[in-house]
Amino acid sequence: MIQKTLDKLRPHFSEGGKFSALRSVFDGFETFLVVPSATSKSGVSIHDAIDSKRIMSFVVIALMPALLFGMYNIGYQNYAAAGATASCWTMFLYGLVVMLPKIVVSYGVGLGIEFVVAQWKKEEIQEGYLVTGMLIPMIVPVDTPLWMLALAVAFSVVFAKEVFGGTGMNIFNPALVARAFLFFAYPTSMSGDKVWLAKDTWFGLGNAIPDTKTLATPLGEAAAGLAPSGDIWQYCTGLMPGSIGETSVIAIAIGAVILLCTGIASWKTMCSVFVGGALTAWLFNIGGLDNAVANIPWYEHLALGGFCFGAVFMATDPVTSARTEGGKYIYGFLIGGLAITIRVLNPGYPEGMMLAILFMNMFAPLIDYCFVQRNISKRLKRAQDK
Amino acid sequence: MASLFSKENRLAFTEPLSLNNPVLIQVLGICSALAVTAKLEPAIVMGLSVTVITAFANVIVSLIRKTIPNRIRIIIQLVVVAALVTIVSMTLKAFAYDVSVQLSVYIGLIITNCILMGRLEAFAMTNGPWQSFLDGVGSGLGYAWILVVVGAVRELFGNGTLLGFNVIPQAAYEAGYVNNGMMTMPAMSMIILGCIVWAHKAYVSKKTK
Repeated sequence: MIQKTLDKLRPHFSEGGKFSALRSVFDGFETFLVVPSATSKSGVSIHDAIDSKRIMSFVVIALMPALLFGMYNIGYQNYAAAGATASCWTMFLYGLVVMLPKIVVSYGVGLGIEFVVAQWKKEEIQEGYLVTGMLIPMIVPVDTPLWMLALAVAFSVVFAKEVFGGTGMNIFNPALVARAFLFFAYPTSMSGDKVWLAKDTWFGLGNAIPDTKTLATPLGEAAAGLAPSGDIWQYCTGLMPGSIGETSVIAIAIGAVILLCTGIASWKTMCSVFVGGALTAWLFNIGGLDNAVANIPWYEHLALGGFCFGAVFMATDPVTSARTEGGKYIYGFLIGGLAITIRVLNPGYPEGMMLAILFMNMFAPLIDYCFVQRNISKRLKRAQDK
Repeated sequence: MASLFSKENRLAFTEPLSLNNPVLIQVLGICSALAVTAKLEPAIVMGLSVTVITAFANVIVSLIRKTIPNRIRIIIQLVVVAALVTIVSMTLKAFAYDVSVQLSVYIGLIITNCILMGRLEAFAMTNGPWQSFLDGVGSGLGYAWILVVVGAVRELFGNGTLLGFNVIPQAAYEAGYVNNGMMTMPAMSMIILGCIVWAHKAYVSKKTK
């Protein structure tokens, strides 16, 4: 049925049709809904049933548990801060109402820019923004104003993606660039103890909370020299303040299983991030530093902040991570190690995952280069020995 | 003196302003363009200082160009520039102390500004004093207007002011507007500079088509 409607509509959007200005938009929707029938015209090429749009859809599905839980957590934190009780559904609905505008803004601005660029360069719309647009609202604090979000999305789509040539050509993960932009441009809105709580009522849901009410993340507390509140159970379920999608280890683990089963994310990268993080945190544990963050047990370090979210959804981004199989171990290991090191040694940044991944994005090509060269020289030697 | 504003001389002045801009096309003098443009005022002062120094260094070197031994010409050019930089630096300290503190080492570092050495080597060593003067002023102003644009954008969005006066109304702040802290960092001036190069390239390529 979808195919029929599309076939009927196609002439309008082709060259000379009345909506030819919207050609790329139509094209984008068509390939999003059905697998394109066009095949390569020359040579032998075998296509998998899965193309990059299908990959993107799987990643968005994998993000769903963390997103839904994040919505519930928004409501939970609001009602807990007001001291009120409500059913699970009320909390979830409140979170949905708070979260929905962010998602709409992120997709609206990001896809808008993509459509304009695609039309301008007469290219197909690239599908990369499907995932980025979902990631960006999930890695910001709940109290981020919408205009800041829109600005960050525009900045990252233009300067992290389009100037490099669009999807698949970017050096840095665009979602993390958006967050880094917010982090450096508006530091008071991105960290501290005032931004982790939705404070207004919407449609009779939720509670109005005075501006003076503060709520610190466990890592924020530790960076301030206090003992972090909560226990490992709370860190795993995720009923704690934090960026919207990052709090629940369980929800992220479900997403990780989906990504690994479909073979989209590399288990090598993912595992080595955790190994690197655990090892570094353990070294700081036994190092005996007089530092509240250093003394968080290593297993709690892995469950706190954006570590899991970054390891599962950001570090494994196939475009910006290392591509050689051996390189993935080193790439992941250094992300984990750097993230914990930034957390512990830099008092200005309570969370280091974002900076660690961006930093290693930059070095991924170098790691790949070294591994490729090593393979070349190894094989040359083997050939010469014969 | 009819040749005072001949076509050639006018070209020496106008070309560095846009078509052969030292920052946009030759990509010289980038470090100071990134370092002093957090506010508009130091950017203007820096731009003017470079203009003055380039103009007079060009004139002086052009006057003595025939007596300069070829093998030590860089040293002689440097001495001329260093003398002028010292004069400008002392003048600023005497009459605009606050700005000279803000500019700190960057006034002294004009000595190493590639635009200066480039103009002296490429132009003043082979052309007469009047033409060299025009070329120096043109190059300096070509550098200055980039600095002014970058400085204005950065001060406006980073601090909400221009030359220290509030431009963004208080009502905007009450409605939730926040100054962009990224604009005060040198990283952002790199991006703004890139955008200017982009726009300029697009403009030039359209014009030459």
